[in-house]
Amino acid sequence: MLEVPATLFLLLSGVLFVVGAIGVITRRNGIVVFMCIELMLNAANLAFVSSTRLTQGLEGMVFVFFVMAVAAAEAAVGLAIFVMIFRLKGTINVDEINLLKG
Amino acid sequence: MDGYIWLIPSFPAVGFILNGLLGKRLPRHFVSFVGCLSVLASFIVSLAFLLELLKLPPEARILEGDVFEWIVSGEFSTAVGFRIDPLSIVMCLVVSGVGFLIHVYSVGYMHDDPGYPRYFTYLNLFVFMMLTLVTANNVLLMFVGWEGVGLCSYLLIGFWYEKDSASNAGKKAFIVNRIGDYGFLLGIFLLFVTLGLRGVWTLNFAEIERHRELLTAQAPLITLLFFIGATGKSAQIPLYVWLPDAMEGPTPVSALIHAATMVTAGVYMIARLHFLYDMAPQTMYVVALIGVLTAIFAASIGFAQYDIKRVLAYSTISQLGYMFTGVGVGAYAAGVFHLMTHAFFKALLFLGAGSVMHALAGELDMRKMGGLRRYLPTTYWTFFVACLAIAGIPGFSGFLSKDEILWRAFSSPHGGLFIYCVGLVTAGMTAFYMFRLLFNTFHGGERLDPHVRHHIHESPKVMTVPLVVLAVLSVVGGYVGVPHVLGGEARFERFLEPVFGSAETEARSTSLELSLMALSVVVALLGIYIAYRYYVAKPELARSFVERHERLFATVHNKYYVDELYGFLFVRRLLQLGAFLKRFIDEALIDGIVNGIGYFLRGIGGLIRFLQSGYVQAYAFSIVVGAIVVIGYLLIRVIP
Amino acid sequence: MAAILFKWFVFLVASIFSVFSSVMMVTRRNPVHSALWLVCTFISIAVLYFLLNATFVAATQVMVYAGAIMMLFLFVIMLIHLEREVEPLRRISVAKLIAIVLTLLLFVEIIVGLSLAKISEVRPSVPIQGDARSIGTLLYGKYLFPFEIASILLLIGIVGAIVLAKRRKE
Repeated sequence: MLEVPATLFLLLSGVLFVVGAIGVITRRNGIVVFMCIELMLNAANLAFVSSTRLTQGLEGMVFVFFVMAVAAAEAAVGLAIFVMIFRLKGTINVDEINLLKG
Repeated sequence: MDGYIWLIPSFPAVGFILNGLLGKRLPRHFVSFVGCLSVLASFIVSLAFLLELLKLPPEARILEGDVFEWIVSGEFSTAVGFRIDPLSIVMCLVVSGVGFLIHVYSVGYMHDDPGYPRYFTYLNLFVFMMLTLVTANNVLLMFVGWEGVGLCSYLLIGFWYEKDSASNAGKKAFIVNRIGDYGFLLGIFLLFVTLGLRGVWTLNFAEIERHRELLTAQAPLITLLFFIGATGKSAQIPLYVWLPDAMEGPTPVSALIHAATMVTAGVYMIARLHFLYDMAPQTMYVVALIGVLTAIFAASIGFAQYDIKRVLAYSTISQLGYMFTGVGVGAYAAGVFHLMTHAFFKALLFLGAGSVMHALAGELDMRKMGGLRRYLPTTYWTFFVACLAIAGIPGFSGFLSKDEILWRAFSSPHGGLFIYCVGLVTAGMTAFYMFRLLFNTFHGGERLDPHVRHHIHESPKVMTVPLVVLAVLSVVGGYVGVPHVLGGEARFERFLEPVFGSAETEARSTSLELSLMALSVVVALLGIYIAYRYYVAKPELARSFVERHERLFATVHNKYYVDELYGFLFVRRLLQLGAFLKRFIDEALIDGIVNGIGYFLRGIGGLIRFLQSGYVQAYAFSIVVGAIVVIGYLLIRVIP
Repeated sequence: MAAILFKWFVFLVASIFSVFSSVMMVTRRNPVHSALWLVCTFISIAVLYFLLNATFVAATQVMVYAGAIMMLFLFVIMLIHLEREVEPLRRISVAKLIAIVLTLLLFVEIIVGLSLAKISEVRPSVPIQGDARSIGTLLYGKYLFPFEIASILLLIGIVGAIVLAKRRKE
């Protein structure tokens, strides 16, 4: 029997990505939207790591490293912004945060 | 020498530029000097060219010089070039000579006018354009001059533009002219195409003359179209209506443009293209017929006008009719001769009228004049001389030129008894209404406004000297053309022979000519006598005549209501068309389209505004959609 | 043989669990619950990384994601007292439904793409190991410059977060 084919990993990565995308579009709570974005990033990481199976080179993992660094920084700053918005508007319901309207 | 012909129009052009740019800032004297001297310079150069021409044998008297290549298109090329031959040198001398005298007169007449520099600028521009017209060696450059003088006419008629009547008159002149120019342009096109289709691409007069056989078929139409242009510029039926209104302009302008020079452009044009007209006897008959009908028609209107300038305006139209009759019967030299003599005495008449107006603080109505010869002696005597000249009294220039035309009208194969008779009657009428004008203005009892009477004074020397010079010319100017019949050598005609060819080889019946001459003198004297009876001896006769034939008089006084007719037939229709176009095309269609585009864009903007919801998830979704599209596209490319 | 079977077993469990927990995360009304389900997802993904011989990445995943980032999320949720607000159940509007359907289209595309792609795996006898040593060699060797940039990025993140979230002196 063969090893788990890389294709399955990629498929799984696709599923997680789509789930995260649906979550981004659907949820009204800003924090949850943010978490869904993190999910999407993870799905991408999974795809990257799977790529090492295909190329037998570790570049994929190095890239994952950087993705994580970016995700961490982004999470920190993004949450700080959320805190500010909450202070400003009293809600993090994305339906009501529409200052860019018009 | 032929390289320097361009100097003749250049001096006034320089004057135009100098006065136009600097005139307002510099003192009056500068403007006067520049204006007058530039024209004088042209006159002197023209004299020099005359001497040059006389040095040459008669057949070789043509000097032509191109200044630069103007239009080059395929095989066609035309240059800015000038030509001196006997015809154009006569025109140059008349234009610059009489023009100079009028400029000098204007220094006095326009002395108090605030628009003094502007006046001389326009006047110089006019002389420049007119000289270009007469010295051009090709049709296009002549047309440039033709249009240019039309422009100057508009500018100068509407000189006092604050006056509605003046600016309207200027517009009327330009527009009516333009209608004629339409015919002129069609003539140019037809000429150009007819020659071009046979491989001759040119509009140069000499070249056209050389190839004139190619035009035989189209000559009648071409000449007719050009003549339409002439009726506009030279105020013949049906496009004469602008000339009486043009009297709104300053009187020296009327003298120069609407008597001596611009209006004669049509006559010059026909003379210049005589070789075409020789090939089109039908058109020549039309020209002569219209000429003579215009002459009698305008003369009749002159009977019933009280405004002294209006009388002179209709007289000009009438005399122009004579000139056209002359060229229409093939007597080109005679027509040009009358052009020259008319320039002298008509300019004199207008300047004299201006002198009267100057003395009477602008009064124009002859019913408010009378007995002025006591106060304005110089003006009176010069005016009298001019009247004798225009009436055709022997000894004065008008007699010889008018008679030549009448004789040719009678004797030429293109002429006829009808034309001669109408011309003869008109001569009598001319004598009558001119002396009516003279008697009413200068003779008899005084009907002056007391206030005006208080200020009467003869005009200053700067105005009276040109009057005297013109009077002298009105007498001696004719002696260059004394015909054989009277013992002269017909020098004028012979001078112009190289241009027109000598068509006078028919046997001249001396006795017939002499008797016709005597007849016209009798008719003229009769006219003068009737005028004397009606206006000096027994003035009540005139008044009772008017009362008895009130309606007739009113019709003639109102110029046979031709202006009203034109207004009804054409002007009103055009205004209606304009209103219609304004409503349906300008407002509804064009504004609709332009505004419609605005509304449309605004609508689209309104729709697109929905994209900017400020709703972050919508933006995120649009990113997803973008990803879907791009990936889908890539996949489709890969699917085998 | 048994190893491979074991691998398949672990893969199936981990993958199903990750999908399950991600769906749960997306659908919970209480944000704290969502955060916890996300942690589960991260851990199952870490297991998958182990399966792929990416030991370093798996460890980093647990430490950074499940540890630091999720903790940060929970802190913020607590900070703004979200644990008490529970999102009311509401109908998903038509627009959102359409959006979901379209996003599923994305999934379809991924499937299509994967089936079309000719993925040829290279299977050496000793598959490459993503252990700390090898990753470290790359990170401090070939990719040193991006590494340094990433550290600056984190520094900016720290400074940014502090500046943004600071309570202004009223």
